[in-house]
Amino acid sequence: MIKIKYVEANGTEHRVQAEAGASVMEVAVANNIPGIDADCGGLCACGTCHVYIDPPWFETMPSPKHDELEMLNFAAGAEQTSRLSCQIRLGEGHDGIVVRMPAGQH
Amino acid sequence: MNIGTQLNLRATVAEIPLDEIDVSDPALFQNDTIGAYFERLRREEPVHFRKDGKYGSFWSITRFNDIVEVDKNHAAFSSDAKYGGITIWDRGMYRQNFLNMDPPRHDDYRKVVSPIVAPENLAKLEGFIRSRAIEILESLPLNQTFDWVEHVSRNLTTQMLATLFDFPYEERHLLPYWSDIAIVDVNAGTSVTSEQERERQLQPCYDYFARLWNERVSKGTGNDLVSMLAHSEAARTMTQDELRGTIILLIIGGNDTTRNSITGGLLALNQNPGEYQKLRENPGLIPNMVSEIIRWQTPLSHMRRTAVMDTVIGGKQIRAGEKVVMWYLSGNRDNGVIQDADQFRIDRKNARHHLSFGFGIHRCVGNRLAELQLRILWEEIMRRYSFIEVMGQPVRTYSNFVHGFESLPVRIHK
Repeated sequence: MIKIKYVEANGTEHRVQAEAGASVMEVAVANNIPGIDADCGGLCACGTCHVYIDPPWFETMPSPKHDELEMLNFAAGAEQTSRLSCQIRLGEGHDGIVVRMPAGQH
Repeated sequence: MNIGTQLNLRATVAEIPLDEIDVSDPALFQNDTIGAYFERLRREEPVHFRKDGKYGSFWSITRFNDIVEVDKNHAAFSSDAKYGGITIWDRGMYRQNFLNMDPPRHDDYRKVVSPIVAPENLAKLEGFIRSRAIEILESLPLNQTFDWVEHVSRNLTTQMLATLFDFPYEERHLLPYWSDIAIVDVNAGTSVTSEQERERQLQPCYDYFARLWNERVSKGTGNDLVSMLAHSEAARTMTQDELRGTIILLIIGGNDTTRNSITGGLLALNQNPGEYQKLRENPGLIPNMVSEIIRWQTPLSHMRRTAVMDTVIGGKQIRAGEKVVMWYLSGNRDNGVIQDADQFRIDRKNARHHLSFGFGIHRCVGNRLAELQLRILWEEIMRRYSFIEVMGQPVRTYSNFVHGFESLPVRIHK
């Protein structure tokens, strides 16, 4: 099991555990964690599962593909550590990962 | 429509040869029979070619996932005005804006306006929307029939738009007036009978905004859309036509769509009294209901693209140069993706998973503002009125693009 900490924009923390293979978005939705909308359901087509990944985990992830970068390009408040959480598959190496949510999903 | 009429309609549609079906006919949207045509296409020919239809030859994409595939693939399916833009009709005098542009220009132009609907700005707008919604609702007559479209849907969205533009408040009625001219079908029976006539009638709009523009260029930076545009880096390289096109896009985008979702939601609750009762018992359902209303109404029936390379969609070979129409209204009724898609359910699971805002880089920039307006309006309605009753048939718009209403007679019961 992988431990994940989600932090809402207002600082509220949610600690959950998940199996390897699920996406960071899927785990949030399955646990009713507010702050990740995921309108397109994981198709990398809307940008409403935008999150910030704390270092050092950010550095360990495969680079985003072209379609993810396109959607991030229009996400409000996008930063260096921004990702779409539907595109991040959890692996054993992600144990303890910290995921922060933006003020809103557009 | 009662069950008998629906069955007759289905039988009638079933007899039409597939290659003669023309889902672009605005009359089918106006008389609300279009659903039966889409239902058959989804079942028998989900990617359907109509040669020489009312709006030329075009591909119809009718299933949810095929639509997402086309919407995401802007490299193969262009929005550019030079190929015909984003509507099924090829408008000779089409003005460019970020909706009918491809990257990279699209990206620069879109980023100029998107901050106005960013989270911080939405939070600021919430109080304003609520006070306006309350004002409108408190002014409505009780126990007498009136037109919901004019007094509520149109009124609220116009006030919102006037605020976003910082448009002179006492002249705000001009905004929906111009929006209607800009979007009306030339065969709808209005005074706009040609593209030339449309441009002629829009000239006062261009002049008006040119004046606002000049005023605001000389002032400091402001938070309204005109100032944001006027002081943007991107605007320096925009042509006059592009500026005009962008203004028109913002007027239409903030106007027709939410207006028709406000009306469509009330109609759907009346047609589904069990859902209305759920809402009375649990107003906490409102945020979820808002997404369901936007799916159910699908205020824009379609977006069009033009293939710029040969591509296979749903097993069909689409060739470069062909017109491709994504029917959001059909995809939002696709049972393969949305369970019991022909049912209006305010407590639907995954209600956000709908096509009404589009997907990919052209996804609706004002989506959260639209949701905010609908949420606040319904919160304030439920605080005041137990039942807003639809008293007669709606008059629907003659259009295959704007899926909406001209009028809806209602009566308020306190």
